[in-house]
Amino acid sequence: MALTGLQIYKLLPQTNCKECGFPTCLAFAMKLAAKQAELKACPYVSEASKSQLEAASQPPIRLITLSTDGRKAVAGNEIVLFRHEKTFFNPAPIFVRVKDTDADLAAKAKEMNAFAVDYVGIKLQLSGVAIENASGDANKFAAAVDAVRGASDFPLILIAKDPAAFEAAMAKAKGAVPLFYAADASNVAALAAVAKKFNAPLAVKGDGLDATAALAEQAKAAGIEDIVIDPGARDFLGTLTLATQIRRLAVKKNFRALGYPVITFPGEGVSSADEELVLAAQHIGKYAGFVVLDHFTPASAYALLVLRQNIYTDPQKPIQVQPGLYEINAPKPESPVLVTTNFSITYFSISNEVEGAGLPAWLMVADAEGMSVLTAWAAGKFDADRIAKAVKTTNVESKISRKRLVLPGHVAVLMGEVEEALPGWQIDVGPREAVDVPAYMKLKP
Amino acid sequence: MPVTVEVPKEKYGGKVREVVIGATKDQGGTRSKAITIGGEAALPFMHFEGAIPHPPAIAIEVQDRKPSDWSPVVLDAWKEVADDPVKWAKAAEAAGADLILLKLNTTLADGSPNTPANAKKVVRDVLNATGLPLMVFGPGQAELDNELLVPVAEEAKGEKIVLGVAEDKNYRTIVAAAMANDHVVNSRTPMDVNLAKQLVILIHDMGLPLERVLMDPTTGALGYGIEYGYSVMERLRLAALQGDGMTQQPMVVTPGEEAWRVKESKVGTDVPAMWGDWKERAIHWETLTAASLVETGADILVLRHPEAVKRVKEMIAQLMSQTR
Repeated sequence: MALTGLQIYKLLPQTNCKECGFPTCLAFAMKLAAKQAELKACPYVSEASKSQLEAASQPPIRLITLSTDGRKAVAGNEIVLFRHEKTFFNPAPIFVRVKDTDADLAAKAKEMNAFAVDYVGIKLQLSGVAIENASGDANKFAAAVDAVRGASDFPLILIAKDPAAFEAAMAKAKGAVPLFYAADASNVAALAAVAKKFNAPLAVKGDGLDATAALAEQAKAAGIEDIVIDPGARDFLGTLTLATQIRRLAVKKNFRALGYPVITFPGEGVSSADEELVLAAQHIGKYAGFVVLDHFTPASAYALLVLRQNIYTDPQKPIQVQPGLYEINAPKPESPVLVTTNFSITYFSISNEVEGAGLPAWLMVADAEGMSVLTAWAAGKFDADRIAKAVKTTNVESKISRKRLVLPGHVAVLMGEVEEALPGWQIDVGPREAVDVPAYMKLKP
Repeated sequence: MPVTVEVPKEKYGGKVREVVIGATKDQGGTRSKAITIGGEAALPFMHFEGAIPHPPAIAIEVQDRKPSDWSPVVLDAWKEVADDPVKWAKAAEAAGADLILLKLNTTLADGSPNTPANAKKVVRDVLNATGLPLMVFGPGQAELDNELLVPVAEEAKGEKIVLGVAEDKNYRTIVAAAMANDHVVNSRTPMDVNLAKQLVILIHDMGLPLERVLMDPTTGALGYGIEYGYSVMERLRLAALQGDGMTQQPMVVTPGEEAWRVKESKVGTDVPAMWGDWKERAIHWETLTAASLVETGADILVLRHPEAVKRVKEMIAQLMSQTR
């Protein structure tokens, strides 16, 4: 857990030598706490203090990176329990499991690799493939890895028990850094050795917190730094409870033995693909580092990826849409021009209502720095000038025959100023809420 | 090397209020059972540190006439009954509803404005058709809501229904009707912790006991702002557990209405092929919207599709089972 400035100060020489570039050790400590300075700027800090400070500056949940040539799947580095406290940083990578006994591995990998959806301008994709050595045959496992690597650029999770299977698989991994899943009490030494050989992160699977922490410590003692943990539970309540306890221990208690991303297999805790998706949704919100699905359909992947995007959106930085002129239901020159702000939820609320009602309109989105209508108005980011500027930059006048602009009801007060800023335009005040816009448009087409 | 992990337990000074909906014969109504929600003394399903006495309840939305703007995917699921609220309520009960939410439309089937006489009749019919506790929501326009909900409150006197939605602009009339007729009020505010708290205070100031107030922080659909409501709910629940008395109301969410309003569930043609199968996607949309809010402390979830109801109920049953 991060130390405060005063805690750091106590570990510094307290000589105020200024060689770090700051006037006092306390000032330097404050900068260190704010992560605006680096400890190496102090030439006199003792080794003991240094290791203590370095340990404290470790993220509470270790960052784990799986990679192939061009792609990465990254989990960890989370610092809060609730997204409103700061934000969740690394969207849990979503993998889909295949088995080395599956007939059409390459085709499956190809299909999943090609899956991509656009969500408010963000490209959403699956993160990788987990390949399970279901055959128990090292050569089949290697062939499966070869097939998937040949068909996709997906990062990999390798699921096997036998160190020889990992050895064989890595011969076909072509430079990928996969996760090895999973060491248990019976094989942790052997798997740690093979993971170390290939510099691969290692997952450990225990039954409950005690056993999982013990295995993680054993892997660490064997020289593995990059660890992923599976505390064993599979059902809704068990995974929720353990993942919450692990996140709390890591973030609030700086408990190192469980300070690693958690891997989940929602398909193992349920009886159908539909239920798997519900459990996966729980894992996205409640503390999974990596999620490995057993089923893939475009419809389910789309819903889950959007949920992940929503949960991992920084509450301080709302998603914005590009300011501009949006056409809804093929508007004609005489269709009304509705104006709103570029806060994504504002935009989607209004476009959704109008589109859903089948009414044609020009939706002009002004640059209000990503704020909603009322917030932007209060902050001076949505006023007559900005609206007039939007009319100019979107060149809307060239597309319409009737200069009629509908203002959001919340900014009715702007009407006079907008009339002045846009001579020749008829300015109307629409409803306050998006949901009432279709009725308004039917009343005043 | 054996490791013993000490599990950190949060100690909270507060808990969510219990609210009872519906009244049986002994309690002055005609419901076959009343339902209690709330009472949580810990974050959702953290049974190891506090009591979670009641599971979140599922309300199925039934309308007073066949909805004109519903996605065919969800309307199909009720096609035999959608033009008859009595049959619909019975079907909803059979589909596993804990409560019925009756939503009154702006207009009647012939397009003329909805009337107090119609609202009263439908409420009476639905009360007769099912023994489940009832929630009644107006069309969502302050004036019309007042016009319809006051007579509804009188018609259902003693049944302890939930009247909604009480918002900043119309709560006085609805709260007064609830007070006069012994009902519960659903207090809705737009995705903000302080606004939610403030409306509860205003309602309480009118004299309605807090044991008869539900809090509705406004639901955003998956992909359309779910994260705002999600975080507001988490903050409200944390505040409640930390002892802030005016945030301790059970929470109502409306994932059915919100999820079925969005393009992903409403539209099956001219959408990207990568969106996948329409029906599958649409039901996932409602289910995942609801499932996420189950995890953030929803006490009543108002749903539409029977398949989403089934999946969310299964999830709740699992989260309430402590056999592990």
